[in-house]
Amino acid sequence: MNNYLDPYRDTGLLHLWAERLQKYQGKPLKLMEVCGTHTMAIARYGIRTLLPERIRLVSGPGCPVCVTPSYYINSAVALARRPETIVATFGDLMRIPGDEGSLLEAKSLGADIRVLYSPLDALKIARDNPERQVVLLSVGFETTTPIFALAIDKASQEGLNNFTVLSANKTMPEVLKVLAGDPTVGIDGYLYPGHVSAIIGTRFYEELAEKYGVPGVVAGFEPLDILTAVAALSEICNEGRHTVRNLYTRVVKPEGNPRAVQAMERVFEPADAVWRGIGRISGSGLAIREEYARYDAWKVFDLQIGEYSEPEGCRCGEILKGTKSPGDCPLFGTRCVPENPVGACMVSSEGTCAAHYKYGGIR
Amino acid sequence: MRMCLAVPGKVTEIKGKTAIVEIMGVLREASLELLEDVKVGDYVILHAGCAIEKLDEAEALKTIELFKELKDIYHE
Ligand code: SF4
Repeated sequence: MNNYLDPYRDTGLLHLWAERLQKYQGKPLKLMEVCGTHTMAIARYGIRTLLPERIRLVSGPGCPVCVTPSYYINSAVALARRPETIVATFGDLMRIPGDEGSLLEAKSLGADIRVLYSPLDALKIARDNPERQVVLLSVGFETTTPIFALAIDKASQEGLNNFTVLSANKTMPEVLKVLAGDPTVGIDGYLYPGHVSAIIGTRFYEELAEKYGVPGVVAGFEPLDILTAVAALSEICNEGRHTVRNLYTRVVKPEGNPRAVQAMERVFEPADAVWRGIGRISGSGLAIREEYARYDAWKVFDLQIGEYSEPEGCRCGEILKGTKSPGDCPLFGTRCVPENPVGACMVSSEGTCAAHYKYGGIR
Repeated sequence: MRMCLAVPGKVTEIKGKTAIVEIMGVLREASLELLEDVKVGDYVILHAGCAIEKLDEAEALKTIELFKELKDIYHE
């Protein structure tokens, strides 16, 4: 496998591409990536240090944990505190501060919370614990949602009656439109997320390019994938072309993965969603369909969607829109650090503030 | 394990709807229920216990060629 990845990390070629980019003389550009894995890779490989002044690469709302509103965490903590429940979750959600503490704190006070590798593992926990209620926490974009859908579908086929899902899943298209149409954000081009695109395909991006005039390039996650995608995108933007280029063809097909989309659409339907730091965007989230209501933890436990508020002083909202950098936040690295995060962008290792903190960010 | 992590791996075994996928020498189980026609020897992208897409080796080679051709990346 090392051999397999080597050509995507070739240092000689990286330097050649960086040199080429340094010669960029076109108009100043603001390019946005919208994928937590890109955020991390860009920070880790120091991609920004290779770019010329004129090309700014910012991180948008691509980390699903970062955009999950605090009321979701409050509901998850409330469920975890009930003695009959087992909460099953990805580890990333454990440290997000809610109004009544984090899931990690609830766990240290005795709540039964299990960290999973796959949503499908929650089914086994439910089978093994018939006297308990297993609540699976479900956040994520199109890459992950089909797997939650699969878990719900399997539970329904098995007739499991002690399994529910607390969903806050989101989809990319509407938020991409909102940001593309917002002049205060001023995006020239999108670097599209490879694995979301693997599921939804690239046709929506064409629409965005035509209607909103924002071109894009679909990129993989290795350093050469990212650098060449930035180079291609800069050129497309500078020439004023409204086109989409797929440079991750080894994984992304124009039609995406129809089987995964079907799985997702069978169980979920479009719904309004609140994006932490950005606000409510209609049709930008997913809710469990009525046919699967008995697996919907919001309904089964009659949970109220609370008000959403941001921690005082936190600039995550502007950071998620790419109008501010972590360094612009007075709390960055002082009161807000990964071990003790104030805002959501510092919680997940894929959050912009956490990535800047760990690897150092430039501009 | 970060939730968004999705990595390529090679299918070494298939039992029904489950595959064993090798990632950097580590073997992991993966559900094949979101894909069609996966064979032993295929590369897949593994995410949260599921194979979410196949990796096309011919396209992979093309991309690597593209990396080497500094000029061609700008135009199709
Ligand atoms: S440093 Fe912390 S408080 Fe400031 S914007 Fe980032 S997450 Fe929010």
